[in-house]
Amino acid sequence: MGELHRYFLIFFGALLVYNILLIRFIGLCSYFGISTSMDTSIGMSLAVIFVMLISSTISWGLWNYVLAPLGIGEFLYIPVFIFVIASFVQLEEMFIRKTAPTLYKAMGIYLPLITTNCAVLAAATEVAKPGFLKMSIAYNYTLPEAWVYTLGVALGYSVALIIFAAIRERVDFAPVPAPLKGYPMAFVTSALMSLAFTGFTGLFGL
Amino acid sequence: MKAQMMDLTRGVVLENPLLRLMIGLCSALAVSVKVENALFMGIAVIFVLTLSNVVISLIRPVTPDNIRIPIFLVVVSAFVTIVDLVLKAYFPDIYARLGVWIPLIVVNCIILGRAEAFAYRNGLIASAMDGLGMGAGFTMVLVVMGAIRELLGTGSISVMGVTLVSLGSGFQAPTFMITFPGAFLTFGLVMGGLNKIQAVMAERAARRATPSMGKTASGGA
Repeated sequence: MGELHRYFLIFFGALLVYNILLIRFIGLCSYFGISTSMDTSIGMSLAVIFVMLISSTISWGLWNYVLAPLGIGEFLYIPVFIFVIASFVQLEEMFIRKTAPTLYKAMGIYLPLITTNCAVLAAATEVAKPGFLKMSIAYNYTLPEAWVYTLGVALGYSVALIIFAAIRERVDFAPVPAPLKGYPMAFVTSALMSLAFTGFTGLFGL
Repeated sequence: MKAQMMDLTRGVVLENPLLRLMIGLCSALAVSVKVENALFMGIAVIFVLTLSNVVISLIRPVTPDNIRIPIFLVVVSAFVTIVDLVLKAYFPDIYARLGVWIPLIVVNCIILGRAEAFAYRNGLIASAMDGLGMGAGFTMVLVVMGAIRELLGTGSISVMGVTLVSLGSGFQAPTFMITFPGAFLTFGLVMGGLNKIQAVMAERAARRATPSMGKTASGGA
């Protein structure tokens, strides 16, 4: 298998076939919380792409140069990775508050919540700890592969979030039965979206 | 005593983390494929939530405000590691099925949310009660969803190898219910059902309250 071919498979596997929101259900809290408007969805997507790439790089380095050689990864990976992500998000929050106050206002409570965005921890762990994800191609990533994978996951998150926000803006005006108004209808909508994404199963033999 | 009961029951009904506060959804949707998975996940969450609430409430006086979130996470991740290793050692089948969701309890919004919103501001007993109640509310919804999905998706419910309910062999199970879209659909409909029940109850309470002009149904909101 050529190098480029492998990158291609990893990227589209993470983006479509194993879409982190709609197929794997990781990161749903922010998905439902923030998708009420298009602007915040785009802001959140950018923040997630940024945070994910950096935290995955750090966790990859930590696993391969510290945790695995010392043999302490198996029981220390959760505290170590989450601590790195949490401190990094805290830093990023301060940075955005100082440099881009409008963006900070738009993202509001959701920026600190990236810390608890399961998607970030999941991606960071998957690129580092072998065998964490049950995708046939996901084993012992090199650093460039880890980047490609993370980018795929983050873009998959963004695509799903932005499509969902767009649909939701329309659904808000649709005549749905009263008990289903709001969140319940949002779930039914994402059921249909998820159904569409299951159509990607088996694409490129993944 | 009454206040403590309130702390305990609030998480189960009025502020149910999944159906009302809309937090902790990821794991709930993913593990509710089987009742068995839902039970184990629920127990794991109750354990982590209660103990981390207790510890966070205890270390409250010495926690600097600025770095409280990383500190919460370290506390929570210690308990999650315990659950992770115990399940892996004693229940390998369950662990294989729950897979990534056990380590991801660390970032389950319910746990950090309760630490931030409750345990960080309240005493030991109240925090423990809050943890138990919220965990119970989470588990309840999970088991209900697991029951609906497993029954409709596979035609029977079995826990630890024992079949509890079966729809008979003539039932053509729609596998849609145990796939991913089925989880979204079930959750949306369960939530809609609860809204409907609450609306009906509020209406009844209002009708009963009108003649006496007493307290109106403010609890239904």
